[in-house]
Amino acid sequence: MSFTTVFENIAKIMAQYWDVFLIRGVSMTLLLSVITVFFGSILGSLFALGRRSRFAPLRFLIVAIVEVIRGTPILLQLYVGYFIVPQILSFAKVSDFTSISIALVINSAAYVSEVIRSGIQAVDKGQTEAARSLGLNGRQTMLKIVLPQAIRNILPALGNEFIMVIKETSLASTFFIGDLMTSYLTVKGRTYLSLECLIIVGTIYFILTFVLSKLVGLYERRLKSRD
Amino acid sequence: MIKVVDLHKSFGKLQVLKGVNEHIAPGECVSIIGPSGGGKSTFLRCLNLLETPDAGQIFLEGVEITGKNIDINLHRQKMGMVFQLFNVFPHLSVKENITLAPVLLKKKTPAEAEDMAMSLLNRVGLVDKADEHPGRLSGGQKQRLAIVRALAMEPDVMLFDEPTSALDPEMVGEVLDVIKSLVKDGLTSVIVTHEMGFAKEISDRVLFMDSGVIAEEGPPNEVFNHPRNPRTHEFLSKVLY
Repeated sequence: MSFTTVFENIAKIMAQYWDVFLIRGVSMTLLLSVITVFFGSILGSLFALGRRSRFAPLRFLIVAIVEVIRGTPILLQLYVGYFIVPQILSFAKVSDFTSISIALVINSAAYVSEVIRSGIQAVDKGQTEAARSLGLNGRQTMLKIVLPQAIRNILPALGNEFIMVIKETSLASTFFIGDLMTSYLTVKGRTYLSLECLIIVGTIYFILTFVLSKLVGLYERRLKSRD
Repeated sequence: MIKVVDLHKSFGKLQVLKGVNEHIAPGECVSIIGPSGGGKSTFLRCLNLLETPDAGQIFLEGVEITGKNIDINLHRQKMGMVFQLFNVFPHLSVKENITLAPVLLKKKTPAEAEDMAMSLLNRVGLVDKADEHPGRLSGGQKQRLAIVRALAMEPDVMLFDEPTSALDPEMVGEVLDVIKSLVKDGLTSVIVTHEMGFAKEISDRVLFMDSGVIAEEGPPNEVFNHPRNPRTHEFLSKVLY
């Protein structure tokens, strides 16, 4: 197997199956990632909020969820979601896509809640003291002083989370969800050309994440220059 | 104005305040000097309950703020505080730094607050910086901003926690001048400082704090020129001023 044949095969595969990779695969991967990050951020914010609650059992519950999710493989969590979600929501007809999305959202929320927590902690304690010394209460201090500054730490980190999620959604192919990695399985099954298909899919993943990480970097630099 | 009775505070095993009693009269300017770790800053931070005392009482204008069912936020509005590290709000403009608290706490309408902010900025020579962000200010400018930010709440007392310790030497003067003018106007002030010359010149009374107690107090002339406590004498002989 020479390099030239590999490239020839790639060209042939792309000529015939480009839409499977570039349209179905990419759109499904991006859709899954956007859903995961969007709802993961909302749920993650709620987790972060709950961890600051005065109600100790709620704090304990959230810490437990976050630790379990961070401490077990994501593939295992997807399996659990795949089997459990349809049973819990048995009244509705839940698609595999929904089950996997829910599992991914919960996983992402655990990481996002950590991102938010550390973003808040990174704001200098003196800021809180100055606000409190002016007579602001804890809530006003959080909303007007701490969170606006924490957002600057949190947004770039959320961008990086998005990049991580794009890669993690490839695990959804285990359940044939239709993402980019599923495209790989499909086309490989028809052509028996594993390496070529892997190169194609890998390149697409790389372009997606590379462009995104450059955008995040650009955004971070803009935030810094505003200070 | 402020009365402190038998104040105790520990951080873990370290006992920082070991029974401090003090009375600060309206219009008085009190400087607190002493070696590092003597409890000066902790004492000051206890006055507006940024640190919660372990035991003892603090009265502000006759109200015990260490008591139960006290809305400390209301009482903190009467006590302005200036920090060693300025702690200006970097995400707000210079003007917004000043107007935020009076507007949010409904002491002023936005228009009134803005007028006041501009006249305060004028007073400390920062009018042309009103719309800039604090990131562009020098240390001395930041500290002057922090002072007028506290003044915008029209406090009855100002607490200064080493206001010039983090400044480059050439900027110390401009900040001390602002504090001097406030004291001259009769604003009750408590100043923790290492600027001995300043403390001597400006204070009505000087407290020397060492090992968690007020080891000596009196008019600046007595404390600086005729210290009775050997610890005060030793401390002053080590400090250049």
